[in-house]
Amino acid sequence: MTQQAKQRLVVIGNGMAGCRAVEEILARDPGRYAITIFGAEPRVNYNRIMLSPVLAGEKQFADIVINGFEWYADNAITLVAGDAVAAIDRTAQTVIAQSGRAEPYDRLLIATGSDPFIIPVPGKDLAGVVTFRDLDDVDRMVAAADKGGSAVVIGGGLLGLEAAHGLSLRGMQVTVIHIMPTLMERQLDEAAGWLLKAELERRGQTIVTGGDTAEIVGEGGHVTAVRLKDGREFPADIVVMAVGIRPATGLGKAAGLEVERGILVDDHMVTSDPAIMAVGECVQHRGTCYGLVAPLWDMCRALADHATGQPTGYAGSVTSTKLKVSGIDLFSAGDFSGGDGAEDIVLRDAARGIYKRVVVRDDKLVGAVLYGDTADGSWYFDLLKKGEDIGDIREALIFGQAFAAGGALADPNSAVAALSDDAEICGCNGVSKGKVVATILQGACSLDAVRSQCKASASCGSCTGLVESLLAVTLGDAVATRASTLCKCTSFTHDDVRRLILEKSLKAIPQVLQELHWSTPDGCASCRPALNYYLLCAWPGEYEDDQRSRFVNERMHANIQKDGTYSVVPRMWGGLTNPRELRAIADVVEKFNAPMVKVTGGQRLDIFGIKKEDLPAVWADLNAAGMVSGHAYGKSLRTVKTCVGSEWCRFGTQDSTGLGVQIERMTWGSWMPHKFKIAVSGCPRNCAEATIKDFGVICVDSGYELHVGGNGGIKVRVTDLLHKVATEAQAMEVCAAFIQLYREQAHYLERTAPWVERVGLDHVKAALFDDPDAVGRLATRFRYSQQFMQDDPWAERAAGGHAELHQHLAEVRPLPFSPPTQTNAEFA
Amino acid sequence: MIGNWLDIGPVDQIAPGTARTLPVRGGLDNEAREIAIFRTLNGEFHALVNQCPHKQGPLSQGIVHGGVVTCPLHNWNISLKTGEALGDGEDERGACVPVIPLRVDAGRIYLQRDAVLGQRPTAQAA
Ligand code: SRM
Ligand SMILES: Cc1cc2nc3c(=O)[nH]c(=O)nc-3n(C[C@H](O)[C@H](O)[C@H](O)COP(=O)(O)OP(=O)(O)OC[C@H]3O[C@@H](n4cnc5c(N)ncnc54)[C@H](O)[C@@H]3O)c2cc1C
Ligand code: SF4
Ligand code: FES
Repeated sequence: MTQQAKQRLVVIGNGMAGCRAVEEILARDPGRYAITIFGAEPRVNYNRIMLSPVLAGEKQFADIVINGFEWYADNAITLVAGDAVAAIDRTAQTVIAQSGRAEPYDRLLIATGSDPFIIPVPGKDLAGVVTFRDLDDVDRMVAAADKGGSAVVIGGGLLGLEAAHGLSLRGMQVTVIHIMPTLMERQLDEAAGWLLKAELERRGQTIVTGGDTAEIVGEGGHVTAVRLKDGREFPADIVVMAVGIRPATGLGKAAGLEVERGILVDDHMVTSDPAIMAVGECVQHRGTCYGLVAPLWDMCRALADHATGQPTGYAGSVTSTKLKVSGIDLFSAGDFSGGDGAEDIVLRDAARGIYKRVVVRDDKLVGAVLYGDTADGSWYFDLLKKGEDIGDIREALIFGQAFAAGGALADPNSAVAALSDDAEICGCNGVSKGKVVATILQGACSLDAVRSQCKASASCGSCTGLVESLLAVTLGDAVATRASTLCKCTSFTHDDVRRLILEKSLKAIPQVLQELHWSTPDGCASCRPALNYYLLCAWPGEYEDDQRSRFVNERMHANIQKDGTYSVVPRMWGGLTNPRELRAIADVVEKFNAPMVKVTGGQRLDIFGIKKEDLPAVWADLNAAGMVSGHAYGKSLRTVKTCVGSEWCRFGTQDSTGLGVQIERMTWGSWMPHKFKIAVSGCPRNCAEATIKDFGVICVDSGYELHVGGNGGIKVRVTDLLHKVATEAQAMEVCAAFIQLYREQAHYLERTAPWVERVGLDHVKAALFDDPDAVGRLATRFRYSQQFMQDDPWAERAAGGHAELHQHLAEVRPLPFSPPTQTNAEFA
Repeated sequence: MIGNWLDIGPVDQIAPGTARTLPVRGGLDNEAREIAIFRTLNGEFHALVNQCPHKQGPLSQGIVHGGVVTCPLHNWNISLKTGEALGDGEDERGACVPVIPLRVDAGRIYLQRDAVLGQRPTAQAA
């Protein structure tokens, strides 16, 4: 065949898809086209995904070249490298390059890939701000790294983390700033994301999640630091933007091709112009744009089949992700949102830092997340793509291919029965099967008994199943049913969990779920709030409160009403108020036309019917008059009711009002297992109803009677007399100590009344008074934690904190349909 | 086709494990309604009419776990995928809230317009 007879194929983009497409065409019909490839990059076709190892210093550019110059020569391909195409003239069927060079085509292939997305913040154009897309970017980063210093990577996705890894291997002090709470949140669930974060921090990187970049700070035109919206600032000699990519559709758009987010193509990768094909990251196929290579290979096959006259068609791809950071094994694929019909199978091995989760729906594998051991990733991915029926290997699925190959699991009990006596059951505490069985035969006929008597499964709980089997095998039906667990996600009781949080110093919810082998990926509506409280109580000042684990009232700092509006109860110290406060409340009621304002049973005022959007403004007005949150919504200190006392009342024995105010000032803002109410009555007539409160003070001539465990609610319970003291100071000290004991020992959602009945008044007295220093120690711990609790949550919201909880995302108005106005700028 | 999808903006506006609301001021049926858009802890997106099938509790204010939201008013568990109440109590069985078709593309959230405006997708297009 002679050149003239050949059709002219021009390819824009010398990257992965463009060249693979050419390879596929040549493999089918080498003589068909006279091929010209334009590449903006001044170099041959290379493996872009290997730029990460190049940055990490594990590979050289030479190692990652896919097609060297000889390939172009051998196939008579004209390579125009370093000369980007500037325009496509569809009528003349010609492309014009930057240099002015014009190249006519019979068939055109657009494979321009994507452009890195730059967040529109001040300083984005400073020298030292780079992206991570091609070899030049890598060279820039390496040059910067050679000078040492610190690097900030904006974006905690695949790209960002691989950049961070490379830069820290090259000796830079790296900070990763990620706007989401979870790293790689598009590929990982919370559990795996947490493990990844912990590992990267162990390697010396600083990982800032929930970090929203406000500005890139510079000096003399060069970047010096990155500042977040919350004011935190991180020094930077180089800033890598890795927040996402945008399909490079510019040429296509300008040429009038149909373009949405990507250049629209049909199943044969043909654009709206039959003479023009497009492939790779720049295209949008059946509504999807891809950012990984695997789909490109499928696209290129379909494209070549069509371009050589045997059309087959591309039907879209299922993708999977791996992170190319040496020493970190991580895999994810498919849909792991769980939910209805979908069954989560979770396997955690804290000791080996492993988290595996597969999601099964209708006996088909629909998703998988693996951390720490990805050996079975490709097997799962295969099952997933093929949609194979895994019904009969379901039990074994999570243990991996090798295991499943051995057929379904035998009955677990007989499996355990078959174990030899010296087989280890509990790795944490080194307890053998023989030991466990012996313990059971000595009368430990429940899981808890075994745990307390021989420590088997008392630490991480991963061998709970084995111990339960041993109980069953040894005792048959005689197995005692165990104390109820914290919730269905765990085999541990409230007390176990509280003990282990301290023993293992667990400081984050995902850490608890992992270390204590939770059976669900992210807990449930029962355990998340409980864990959030237990951690808050165990690590005052250290633990970062997890808003997502709080019930609505505590998240919104107001009581939700049946109609979805909120009620607002400002604090009135000891039930006292003044004209200024009353005026401010009256003004709020009018300004936000609240339908009702009511005197509560807790000696204060409740403003009803406030919309979530208006709450911050309402609070701002109340703050301005010196009022703070009354926590009428919280598992926390509610009210301190008082009576008028010795100051006015003819029977008053002490200043009950004053003491009540002092106590409320000391205790307000503290989070508790449940709500906590206090009252101080000036004499035994008890007008403040102190004897149905969680902590009640009855003033008498000789001092103060301290009562505890009362409840005036669903099940009325009169208080028990705890103690009698002579001075106000002593009364306050015992109050603080009792509250702290309750905070540290009660179960979440257990009020003092049921708690005192469960543990017994004697236990409480012993814990407080057997050791003369106990009260002092408890009170000190309470005051310590209070210093972190006593800033008014309303003030923080009024100042704009957590705005997203109050603002709508956007608003849709009637015809004509303009897209909704957005509250946030992109990625901001 | 894109015309049928309302662009609600970047996914990053909703943190995993939370929800945001989208009031619709008078749709084709001139009914004011509110839509809750959820992002699960695993980064999946779902949209429901923001009214619990029990007593219209605002589901957007509930705790999100797995693919489920627990209503803030009386703790019904509602499937984010199907809008069905998951409990098998008398009144829970069969109770259901409308799901708004949602898709995420290139980091942006799209809701099906007709559904947002309270019309069967087949109904008159604007
Ligand atoms: C506003 C108020 C009624 C009133 O108009 O007086 C009230 C309102 C509610 N009470 Fe109460 N209780 C109010 C005083 C009381 C009292 C009387 C008191 O505190 O002196 C009691 C009995 C005393 C006690 O608690 O021991 C009381 C016992 C309850 C109970 C039962 C608690 C129990 O352990 O049995 C609940 C249900 C719960 O908390 O689980 C409850 C729950 C509620 C909730 C929060 C129901 C809810 O979850 O939405 C109501 C919120 C309405 C709102 O939006 O404000 N409320 N509630 C009172 C607010 C007091 C305050 O200023 O903060
Ligand atoms: C650092 C890094 C690591 C990655 N790791 C992975 C991974 O582990 N797994 C995975 O699946 N994917 C990974 N990817 C994504 C993968 O590289 C892309 O999906 C793939 O390269 C897309 O191929 P493409 O041909 O569409 O675009 P590209 O490979 O980017 O090729 C497009 C080419 O067109 C050129 N071009 C653009 N405009 C013009 C113009 N007007 N004229 C001439 N030439 C032009 C560009 O210079 C570029 O060379 C990674 C990407 C990067 C940057
Ligand atoms: S008594 Fe019942 S109805 Fe009245 S406020 Fe308390 S919880 Fe609500
Ligand atoms: S309104 Fe949702 S549970 Fe009652």
